[in-house]
Amino acid sequence: MNTVAALPADPFQRSVWPRVAAVALLVYVIYAAAQMEISWERVQTGLYNAQRFFGRLFPPNFSRWELLAKGLVESLEIAVLASTLGILLALPIGLAAARNLMPPWVTWPARLIIVMARSFHPVIVAILFVKAVGFGALAGILALTVASVGFIGKLFTEAIEEISLKQVEAVRATGAPFASVLWFGVLPQVFSRFIGFATYQLDSNLRNSTMVGIVGAGGIGGTLFAAFQRFDYDFVCAILISIISLIMIGEVLATAVRRIFIEHATVADLFRAGGAASRERHLEDD
Amino acid sequence: MLSLRGLSKSYVRGKPVLTDINLEIAARGITAIIGPSGTGKSTLIRCINRLVEPTAGEILFDGEDLTKLSGTALRHARRHIGMVFQEYNLVERLTVMENLLSGRLGYVSSWQAWRRKFPREDLRKAYELLDVVGLSGFANRRADALSGGQRQRVGIARAVMQEPRLLLADEPTSSLDPKTSVEIMQLLADVGRAREIPVLINMHDVELAKRFADRIVGMSEGRVIFDGPPPQLDDDMLKRIYGGENWLQ
Repeated sequence: MNTVAALPADPFQRSVWPRVAAVALLVYVIYAAAQMEISWERVQTGLYNAQRFFGRLFPPNFSRWELLAKGLVESLEIAVLASTLGILLALPIGLAAARNLMPPWVTWPARLIIVMARSFHPVIVAILFVKAVGFGALAGILALTVASVGFIGKLFTEAIEEISLKQVEAVRATGAPFASVLWFGVLPQVFSRFIGFATYQLDSNLRNSTMVGIVGAGGIGGTLFAAFQRFDYDFVCAILISIISLIMIGEVLATAVRRIFIEHATVADLFRAGGAASRERHLEDD
Repeated sequence: MLSLRGLSKSYVRGKPVLTDINLEIAARGITAIIGPSGTGKSTLIRCINRLVEPTAGEILFDGEDLTKLSGTALRHARRHIGMVFQEYNLVERLTVMENLLSGRLGYVSSWQAWRRKFPREDLRKAYELLDVVGLSGFANRRADALSGGQRQRVGIARAVMQEPRLLLADEPTSSLDPKTSVEIMQLLADVGRAREIPVLINMHDVELAKRFADRIVGMSEGRVIFDGPPPQLDDDMLKRIYGGENWLQ
């Protein structure tokens, strides 16, 4: 006779640990707040201060627009040069680090370079370069180049490691030299993702280039920092608005580049509302 | 033309996939290699153009031992061996034309390949071949927009672009429907006959092998246990190759 197995008491494997963790987190948050001595009075003083500060930010003062423009242009230059240089360096390093194409004695040094480039925040790298090569845009360019090599190198390596080796095998079987195998078997498989990484990096370099100036590595950041220290809050406001505009323009451009390369949009498509046609084409691609 | 002598391969020491394969492939005709999955057919084909490294033995191709080659010499030998794959192995994001021209990569420099500067003669040949395989007008389609049968036609055209002296095909019809399979086999047979080169094909489908091949090689557990013209391949032999018998009824 067949007996139906008795139902287990609890069909869902509930664990008590997530609840313990949630309670522990709550206790820690209360403890940390007490440690920081954040009292109600402290919050009130803070709010009062903030009110005065924001009051002095407005209206923004654009009278020193020449200084502002010079800083912005320098930031833009830092971002573009660092991105270009970083991408050019990241390509061979990222390729060398790909374990499915390269032997271990090539991948290990390449991986080490990428890890080192990613270890520090760009501001720390910028301070190092300011000490090494002196104040100015050169230090900023070098710092952001290092950041770009780390970021693009890592993602590019991962993209290459995910490609279909069958396609590579077929190109190898034709007797193609190694470089041609890369151009025809590897690059087509990673190109669109690479364009994606590169435009994100340009976007992020644009943001970072406004900041390295704070440690003396060139760009609008220096001007911003000086304005803060002289309590020129209306000028600070003008600078912040300009940075926001710069980032927004950068984002629009990056999106346009992505759509042209990845979604095969034409320039005319870019100006069409919504770009429905190119989006459909994109769906077909993947 | 091509002779394999004492060819063995083991991926793991002591577990040979191929054991002492001896085959002479004549300068013409279609040879079909049949046998159950996992018996080393693909490994055998891939040993010939050294996509897989043989463990022992010789592969003489036009008098040259391929197992001794490396670097440029190996690449030059590969140029003369066209290969067709089970899953087509086209570069998905390249166009049909670029896939065809990748058959010429062994003949042009990497710098030319990068700039897509192929000799006019190659372009002419590519368009001609597209016509032969029935895909004229598809030159600028991306490979991933094609059906299975169309892809395999491009795969064959790519191999022919190499002007091969030997054509290898690894399960070329296993991913295709029965009708397309026959068409692809016919195309491979036509190509072999027109170019007067030997064609070596791995396959599952015994009927298809009997229909198109001039010679059948039966493999089981990494060894050749049958070698002869299709009429000699009787049910007893098939039982020995594939094991069991229920499937024959």
